[in-house]
Amino acid sequence: MSGNWSWEIFMDALPYVSKGLGITVGLTLSCFLFALVFGFVWLLLRNTPFRIINWFFTWVMEFIRSTPPLVQLFFIFFAWPALPVIGVSLSPFVAAILGLGVHFSTYVGEVYRSGIESVDSGQWEAAKALNYSAKDKWFKIILPQAIPPTIPMLGNYFIILFKEVPLASTIGVVGILQLAQNYGSKTFNYLEPLTIVAILFLILSYPSALLIKKLELKMNRRFEKKDA
Amino acid sequence: MTEPIVSFQDVHKSFGDIDVLKGINLDIKPAEKVALIGPSGSGKTTVIRMLMTLEEPTSGDIYVQDQNLWKMKKKDKWVRANEKHLRSVRGDIGMVFQHFNLFPHMTVLENCMSAPIHVQKVSKKEAKERSLEMLKKVGLGDRLDNFPSQLSGGQKQRVAMARALVMRPKVMLFDEVTSALDPELVGEVLEVIRNIAEEGEMAMILVTHEMDFALDVADRVIFLDDGVIAENGTPKDVIEHSQNERLQSFLHRFRSN
Amino acid sequence: MDAIKEIVPVLAKGLNVTITVLIAAAILSYILAFIAGLCRLSKNVFIRKFTGFYIEVFRGTSLIVQLFWLYYALPTLFGINLGSEFWVGVIAIALNYAAYMSEIVRGSILSVSDGQSEAATALNMSSFQRMRLIILPQAVRMMLPEFGNYLIQMLKATSLVSLISLHDILYQGDIFRSSNLALAPTVYFIMLIFYFILALPLIWLTRKAEVFSKKGVASE
Repeated sequence: MSGNWSWEIFMDALPYVSKGLGITVGLTLSCFLFALVFGFVWLLLRNTPFRIINWFFTWVMEFIRSTPPLVQLFFIFFAWPALPVIGVSLSPFVAAILGLGVHFSTYVGEVYRSGIESVDSGQWEAAKALNYSAKDKWFKIILPQAIPPTIPMLGNYFIILFKEVPLASTIGVVGILQLAQNYGSKTFNYLEPLTIVAILFLILSYPSALLIKKLELKMNRRFEKKDA
Repeated sequence: MTEPIVSFQDVHKSFGDIDVLKGINLDIKPAEKVALIGPSGSGKTTVIRMLMTLEEPTSGDIYVQDQNLWKMKKKDKWVRANEKHLRSVRGDIGMVFQHFNLFPHMTVLENCMSAPIHVQKVSKKEAKERSLEMLKKVGLGDRLDNFPSQLSGGQKQRVAMARALVMRPKVMLFDEVTSALDPELVGEVLEVIRNIAEEGEMAMILVTHEMDFALDVADRVIFLDDGVIAENGTPKDVIEHSQNERLQSFLHRFRSN
Repeated sequence: MDAIKEIVPVLAKGLNVTITVLIAAAILSYILAFIAGLCRLSKNVFIRKFTGFYIEVFRGTSLIVQLFWLYYALPTLFGINLGSEFWVGVIAIALNYAAYMSEIVRGSILSVSDGQSEAATALNMSSFQRMRLIILPQAVRMMLPEFGNYLIQMLKATSLVSLISLHDILYQGDIFRSSNLALAPTVYFIMLIFYFILALPLIWLTRKAEVFSKKGVASE
């Protein structure tokens, strides 16, 4: 039984599906940017002087992180407009940025926290002993040490996010996956366009993953040097 | 003349470009106690690791009870030993390690019982009896249900010895077994080794830096230097009459601290 | 309040599917993860490369793409039919997460210290006994917390099976919502709570596993 693979259809579908690359990559970047900023918000909300508030937002984060992003996406797209007062209709693209962005911001918030916790307690004491101002303490001592180890972690989440972005096709964002499905429903050929989508993902994510692995090794080495 | 139980014949070992052992010839008789001494990097540990099949010789032969350890005959040709062959030959050899290597997921008793049950296929009952006997002998009859993480270094090493002894080896290898211990815990471990040695029936090869102890317990001392055996004789001969300058300066270092 | 009373039973109808898909996918993916992880450590270059290829393909593409590919494309390609929507969903989730977890299996086995394997050799264990009695029991302890985290990820991923018309929680809720548009916020919020309640025991298990895994391992 030979397969029903057709290079003709493949070549026909390739330009059609590839048109969605801009949207897919653009949405990934937008979501990531949103998550990077919103990650800070979590950091602040969990470090207020009020323990009850910190505790509350810790559980809100846990809630968002352990429930399906797909449902969150639907919530924002279908439910938000029906809410009283704050309800507005959102375009699929904006809904996807909010939905996936908020979901990933909970991971990013954790990364920020681990970065700050990775700074040795002696560094804080040293900053205090040298009588640094609060601003100098953060910008000259803590952050320069806290940020580098988080970069590979953030890179990994970026790639994971990239692979979650096609979920947005379910609310009508026309990225590569949606175009492949459109092609399929028009011509009843799903095999070639869906394979193209898989190949495009692989081509983009595999080299990025290698790059981040390299970065990680480099960071580890730097970290060891610092340790010695 | 008794037949040797272990025999090294022109054994070489190199790691990459570094020749660690450059032709070792050595016979060990049953029940003989041999101390292997020498500066660090002289290849002492490599000698016993090859005997335990943890390291493969680059060339040469090692015989255990007249069987070639690292080579086997296949259709009249000598070929590299497979796992089955290695297992059949190394069964009478036991080893105690510098870093104990106890199994952290097993209790003290389970550490001792595991190999008799699974390797020697003895009954659970017998494995338990043997283990209890050995653990009592090393003074840990009351720690059976503890996990290794709950023991001191000296206790860990004594369990490791019991674990090896339960297998009733004919040759026991000791790889710097006190080097990783706090000084105050060294004594209890040496005491156990001395007791085992006095029972007499097992051959023992001790790689050690505890010079006085080695000279006291051993029938024979071997000084390894630069990958070859530089001295080989009774403790008295080696210590008092050797003309080897390297040995003298090596011993001097130990005497002075 | 009436709305809640109406919605909860609707969503509960989907619980069965969500939970069965999760359990089936979890079991299958753990088994596959072990097989793939061990294959990555095989001496055979072909087995190693082939498994590596599987892992990179499934980690490099997206679960939803894999799901659709198995659902829409695979039957056209070879006439292979995975049986039912249920099995397509289970197999897609299992293959995807097994690829990630196989790396954890491999890493954990490698991080059991060499001394453990040497001690087992000194006790004349065979390589199979070494793996079964000494290395794996310790490696599995290290894997547990990550396995727990991935179980939560898999729970989240089960929601994708609604896209291939399996009647899970999300599917039931969506049907209800399409005829009660004004109730959409309540439907999705209760749905999220459903998922969170399912996730809570998994979160708790993962934390237990973290404590447990710190004991009884010799790694360097």
